[in-house]
Amino acid sequence: MLKVMIDSVACNGKVGRRWFMQVVGVTSAATGLTACDTLLDDENPYVGGVQLGRDDVGVLNYAYALEQLEAAFYTQMLTTPYAGITPEETQLLTDIRDHEIIHREFLRTALAGDAIESLELNFGSLNFGDRAAILAAARQFENTGVAAYNGAGKLLKNPDFLTLAGKIVSVEARHAALIADLLQPRTTYFASDEVVAFNGLEIVQTPAQVLSAVRPYTGTVVNGDLLPTT
Amino acid sequence: MNLKAILSDIETIDPEACERLNHAAGRTSRRNLFRLGTKAAVAAVPLAFGASLKTAYGQTSNAAAILEILNFALTLEYLEDSFYKAALAAPGLIPAGDRAVFQLISTHEERHVSFIETAIRTAGGTTVTRPRLDPTAKGAYPNVLSNYQTFLTVAQALEDTGVRAYKGQAANLISNDDVLQAALQIHSVEARHAAEVRRIRGQKPWATSTNNPATIAAVYEGEGNVTQGGVNVGSLQVSGITLGASAAGDAFDEPLTRAQVLAIATPFIGA
Repeated sequence: MLKVMIDSVACNGKVGRRWFMQVVGVTSAATGLTACDTLLDDENPYVGGVQLGRDDVGVLNYAYALEQLEAAFYTQMLTTPYAGITPEETQLLTDIRDHEIIHREFLRTALAGDAIESLELNFGSLNFGDRAAILAAARQFENTGVAAYNGAGKLLKNPDFLTLAGKIVSVEARHAALIADLLQPRTTYFASDEVVAFNGLEIVQTPAQVLSAVRPYTGTVVNGDLLPTT
Repeated sequence: MNLKAILSDIETIDPEACERLNHAAGRTSRRNLFRLGTKAAVAAVPLAFGASLKTAYGQTSNAAAILEILNFALTLEYLEDSFYKAALAAPGLIPAGDRAVFQLISTHEERHVSFIETAIRTAGGTTVTRPRLDPTAKGAYPNVLSNYQTFLTVAQALEDTGVRAYKGQAANLISNDDVLQAALQIHSVEARHAAEVRRIRGQKPWATSTNNPATIAAVYEGEGNVTQGGVNVGSLQVSGITLGASAAGDAFDEPLTRAQVLAIATPFIGA
């Protein structure tokens, strides 16, 4: 581990302490983190961010990052509810908030010492007072979450983790359908062509695509460069 | 149809399967296998997918194991496809305002059938015979095609069973990235269907272990589980927020085994 610290510093003198600690934390569970040029190449300018890590731990941290985002989003939604929110909508959105908090806390507990830190999140660009606008944002978060889990399943090596991810992703898909139905009740919006391809299969997104999509909301940069690709 | 073959319990896949599949996929331009978004690409997907499976396995027993899972999924898709086609054809059953929803679900089920059929055949396998649907499930729902509420109850049961069925097979497909990912991509679509049908029924979109009609209770057996990966998620606490009583159970959908799924589905298979 000491070698990793030295290599990291040697690669880039501007490595932040937070990133540094993340690398150390991840290294305790993963292997072979010595090639600093992999961490700090030209395509990765975010040396101050959170490193998700390698292997199954990295994939679970990826899920943990997304659940942090969703839980914080719905917590804010219920703290500053949009104009005209109905009792039924409040109940359903509270259910979703609770599910996301439970997902987040479950993953944090399961990852234990390997968990990334709590992310700094920023929803300042969203208008929580406007029903259509904020439900549209919720729909995007949910659709992204489903596509992310669908893409992450094959990255996992432990079948128990895969089953757990499966238990979560279908709940996210239920959220996505519900939010869409709140926006456009009893239409095809709950499983529209945007998310279900012509062959009836839901779209998939890679970690790079997902992390890019949520970048506007993560004050802490989330780095998934070490995640597995198969 | 060969129900006995589907019922046979093959829960373990050759640990070497992954390596063989990866080699095969590498030779056949793996990254193009599941590129989505255009009709042409989509048509090619199950072909490439099946070819990948065939190249890797030939006629070994491992191919049989994965093909059996695909035929198990196909059986469920056949039943769902037939069910929605029958419902859409039943005069006056589905109100005009809800028809777009069920037309879309029907289209998805038809395409799942087509996708899995093509994959199995391209891999050199044989698809199960399409079962004859008994929408009444041996008389349990005699008015399923004339009473909208009965139809919705059965639709919800089939969708939630489908979600649990795919979830139960995910770990059995872990050695094959392509098949696993396709299964997950269908799985989440079934969950969207289930949520929308539940909403039309006036239910919450989440699968709960309570408040379910007695006739479909088996579909929700074990859904109240709150122990996940050794963590009691029912005891998680967050300062400042009181979590809902059913939230811990609802936050995770549970899998069903193939035997459990077939016990639910078999009454819908007619003579």
